[in-house]
Amino acid sequence: MPDPRFKILTSASTSGPGDAGRTGSWRVERPVIDMDRCIPAKTGKHACHLCWLYCPDNVVSKDLEPTIDLEYCKGCGICAQECPAQAIEMIPDADFIKGADRE
Amino acid sequence: MSDAIIESGNVAAAMAVQLARAEVIAAYPITPQTPVTEKLSELITSGEMDAEYVAVESEHSAMAVCIGAASAGVRPFTATSSNGLLYMSEQLHWAAGARLPIVMCVVNRGIGAPWSVWNDHQDAISQRDAGWIQIFAKDHQEIVDSTLKAFRLAELTHIPVMVNYDGYYLSHTYMPFETPEPEQVDAFLPTFEYKHALNPERPESLNTVTLPDARRDVKSIQRGGYMDLRHNLHEEMRLAIKVWQEIDQEFQKVCGRGGAPIIDPYRCDDADFVVVAMGSLANQFRDVVDRLRDDGLKVGVLALQIYRPFPNSIIAEALQSAKHVMVYEKGLSYGYQGALYGDIKSALYPYPSRPCLHNFIVGLGGRGIPTESLFQTVKTACVQDEQMSPAQADEPRWIGLQL
Amino acid sequence: MNMTAKTSVLNLTQEEFIYPGNRACSGCGLSILYRIGLKALGRDCIFVVPPSCLTVMQGLFPIAATQMPVLNCTFASTAAIATGVRAAMKRLGRDTQVVAWAGDGGTSDIGIQALSGALERVEDIIYICYDNEAYMNTGVQRSGTTPQGTLTTTTPLSGKAEASKNIPAIIAAHNPAYLATCSASYPLDFHDKLLKAKEIKGLKYLHIQTPCPPGWGCEERMTVEIGRTAVETGLFDLYEIEDGQMKLSGPSQKLLGKTSLRPVREYLEMQVRFKALSDEQINVMQAEIDQKWAGYRDTF
Repeated sequence: MPDPRFKILTSASTSGPGDAGRTGSWRVERPVIDMDRCIPAKTGKHACHLCWLYCPDNVVSKDLEPTIDLEYCKGCGICAQECPAQAIEMIPDADFIKGADRE
Repeated sequence: MSDAIIESGNVAAAMAVQLARAEVIAAYPITPQTPVTEKLSELITSGEMDAEYVAVESEHSAMAVCIGAASAGVRPFTATSSNGLLYMSEQLHWAAGARLPIVMCVVNRGIGAPWSVWNDHQDAISQRDAGWIQIFAKDHQEIVDSTLKAFRLAELTHIPVMVNYDGYYLSHTYMPFETPEPEQVDAFLPTFEYKHALNPERPESLNTVTLPDARRDVKSIQRGGYMDLRHNLHEEMRLAIKVWQEIDQEFQKVCGRGGAPIIDPYRCDDADFVVVAMGSLANQFRDVVDRLRDDGLKVGVLALQIYRPFPNSIIAEALQSAKHVMVYEKGLSYGYQGALYGDIKSALYPYPSRPCLHNFIVGLGGRGIPTESLFQTVKTACVQDEQMSPAQADEPRWIGLQL
Repeated sequence: MNMTAKTSVLNLTQEEFIYPGNRACSGCGLSILYRIGLKALGRDCIFVVPPSCLTVMQGLFPIAATQMPVLNCTFASTAAIATGVRAAMKRLGRDTQVVAWAGDGGTSDIGIQALSGALERVEDIIYICYDNEAYMNTGVQRSGTTPQGTLTTTTPLSGKAEASKNIPAIIAAHNPAYLATCSASYPLDFHDKLLKAKEIKGLKYLHIQTPCPPGWGCEERMTVEIGRTAVETGLFDLYEIEDGQMKLSGPSQKLLGKTSLRPVREYLEMQVRFKALSDEQINVMQAEIDQKWAGYRDTF
């Protein structure tokens, strides 16, 4: 064991979300899922889930009605591009903000 | 205690590493260190030593293997010289900043260009700012003892340690020495532990990008920025001087040897003129001192055992009563003066008594240093230098030039 | 050899091993392959990461994005550091997987010496090279794997003059225990190759083409599409080499049955980095691809 008189400060990180803060603030557009087109949502059976697979930031859930974690979604649009049912549209984030101020 | 063994300095080092139970040996050959890697290979292949032997493809990788192994919680070792040490330079800084308990033997040799395979201290000197503890052994017994103690020091302080010994003068000459019994070493050197050992059960990400400023971690605890971590390395290097002394005392109880972990003075008590040197040169000076004493000159030689961290107050206090201090060294900071000389001058700065300091550069690239020549130089200096002012004495004098 | 069932989207584990909110670019190809790769590797791993995009993704001290232990290291030493960690695991009697994740620069240029040494020593590690075809972390400078004609910040105006290094071929010449090429656009293929690699002793090398929107000059949403196009045009092939035998993998193997592949021009036109390519250069590329696939049809 090291000598107890020594603090030995090193760069040793423990893991957690949000190293870059709220990366949801990066996006210009956000994905919106049309549950009438989304395959697992409309069939009620687990299928497809390509949005979950390809999401670089694992913010899409693998639920029958997939949800997006907007805290961290960077708005890349890969989910929308890959959805075989064209169920995801990228909508300008600004459309969802009421009022002027936003961090 | 073993009976007296008569072997080379390189073999002495290998035997210490074997006793220390180093478990991962990273080996790359370079003159004059090569016999260390060969001896360790022999010991492992024959089963006398139980360790992984990794024949790496470069010295940069040799230190990488040590970094990887230590980070994962296992005691590593490597050895090198000269350009090999320089090739791994960025890894030295890395190991120090990562606070890895690594021990390396450096068989001191001059650096290219031009190529030299012979002894001087420039390799170690050039790395003095890396954050490694630097020990200088001056005979084969010290190679064994200092290497064993170095493992303990590195593991207690979590600061890497290099044990330096002179290429050829020590690495390839034969001297008698003793080795402690394995049980004695096992009692002295417990199992290796690294504070942040990589472990999937307690995952951490080590040495990633670290900001200038302090930042909170996932538990909201304030952790330092780069400068704070580096400051801690420096502070704890200073504290390591004390720990080295404590280890020496512990080792004395085990083996009965030691007592001069920081400086090893010879006939310095009443000396008007004190020579300061590191490594085998310091032992060579003992003959010079004896002859000069016979000639009525009050000369002593102070061997410096640990160069980094620099034991400034211990040295300055030891030199308070001297009138002249002559620093003989086998390396320098090009463009100014000898590295050891500069450090001693700086150590004396805050002290009431500042002896006149003299700097001599000797033995670069293995240029011979005959005892007779040292005798003449010191004798002349004792007589002439009485007349010299500190300003005049401040310019380094090169001994033994042939052009 | 264990024939494990092919992983599908449905049976792929939902367990995540990396946290969101990290510093990877929006739409990063590495993010996809890393996230899915970690599902194959599991928690009993130690990662070795040199300076690269992944370093940034790991996070700034004291917060890490990856949930496994990671040892960051100097640029040239990835495979040597992994060697040291593996030697320690052996001494400690642990089966923990030691996995190096390096970029193309850290593999084909500055890291090649250490990798070659590790291959020669038959180190029991997994070495993953995610190849985004330039030094992306430092802002898109050319690397050894940057394709001929590509625009980067250090090959501006007329593009890189030289052909890229064929890294899989260099690695194959070392006779690794396992060699595979993969794509970030086919993460399940990568996932299953990792599962296979985990069971093999010796050095397992995986080379992943990794689309990079800012570096390649395309929209972020096109990451997967572009990587897929690289495979469907026959430009980048997914295969494995074991015991000296090459075998095309699923998405590439399917192309053997086609009389013609999508023209490589379709792939090139998707990316701004290829804007300097002349028609002549594109025709030469197409001819090389055609020849290669004629050879595959004869062999496989």
